[in-house]
Amino acid sequence: MAHINVAEGVAGIRGLAMFRPETGKPLYELAQVLLRGPSPLSEAERELIATYVSHRNNCFYCTNSHAAAARCLYGDEKDTVDGVLKDMQHAPVSDKMKALLHIAGKVQILGKEVKDEDVVVARAHGANDREIHDTVLIAATFSMFNRYVDGLASLTPTDPAAYEEMGKRMVEKGYVPPQP
Amino acid sequence: MPHIPLQEHLPGITGLLEYRQDTAEPIRELTQVLLKGPSTLTEGERELIATIVCYGNECNFCNAAHTAAADILLGEHETSAKMKQDIETTPVSEKMKALLTIAAQVRESGKSVTTASVERAKAAGATDIEIHDTVLIAALFCLYNRYVDGLATVVPADQGFYMSLAEKIRDQGYVRTPGWYDKLKK
Repeated sequence: MAHINVAEGVAGIRGLAMFRPETGKPLYELAQVLLRGPSPLSEAERELIATYVSHRNNCFYCTNSHAAAARCLYGDEKDTVDGVLKDMQHAPVSDKMKALLHIAGKVQILGKEVKDEDVVVARAHGANDREIHDTVLIAATFSMFNRYVDGLASLTPTDPAAYEEMGKRMVEKGYVPPQP
Repeated sequence: MPHIPLQEHLPGITGLLEYRQDTAEPIRELTQVLLKGPSTLTEGERELIATIVCYGNECNFCNAAHTAAADILLGEHETSAKMKQDIETTPVSEKMKALLTIAAQVRESGKSVTTASVERAKAAGATDIEIHDTVLIAALFCLYNRYVDGLATVVPADQGFYMSLAEKIRDQGYVRTPGWYDKLKK
């Protein structure tokens, strides 16, 4: 049961956004602009970074919902997502993506864990300033979302089918705050 | 040196929020609602919640900035200093001790928040919105601390910078203030 009195049956961040729409609005706007707005990283790559960080934070709701969105966006290459969650270094993604995921993993631990050499490696594989920036901000943002969702013990569905549905909605409609 | 090129007169978070303004906008709005918006927690109390997280995350820029903001709003600097040593002996209400404990747990992980610590806060009179806002403020500063340090932004050594930032936070809040940034060029 959630730590606070949120609407019954509304899962994860949606229940929290309905509880406090004033903060729900900018939270959804941030997710939308960061994961769907302009970026040199594809939407699939950005959802993959979000999934990777949520997985490292053991946030079941965020991991499964964003993994579903990422699988949907990767289409025929949807096994990429599970490959990264299983073993990032040997997953079928580019060296640039591995370097960016490595930076995201450092950010998940703590900001100061990101070292100059991590950024040098990413640049050597072709990452530009904006890709490095967006990777760090996505990882930082999900370090917030994961704590928000789990810190209030929000409702977490266990049925994988529920997440598949969510992932589809996140791809088709983007991040739209729930209406009370 | 920062990992990406940022305007040299804008240290810490300030340069990042100018670097990408479309993401900065909702981050600013969220911060404004949580720390400056209507609340049964005082602005000083909310800055203490932010500070305990920045301190725990060892983010020097955010810690200095929000300690200064808490101090200026509380009118003294002993509470923030004592809080960093031991929440339980800090001269704040039992409710605030319980909320600061929840914030410190959120900093570790969302999963670290215990039912016991939430029940303690409720027993001390904390409302659901106060508990919600405490968790979200703590989570938001886990974002800020990682953003600021993850890109290795500049940390001014001059304490005067943080005093002036704290006054800006007190008087103008977290909205974008280009005029204030221009003053830093001098």
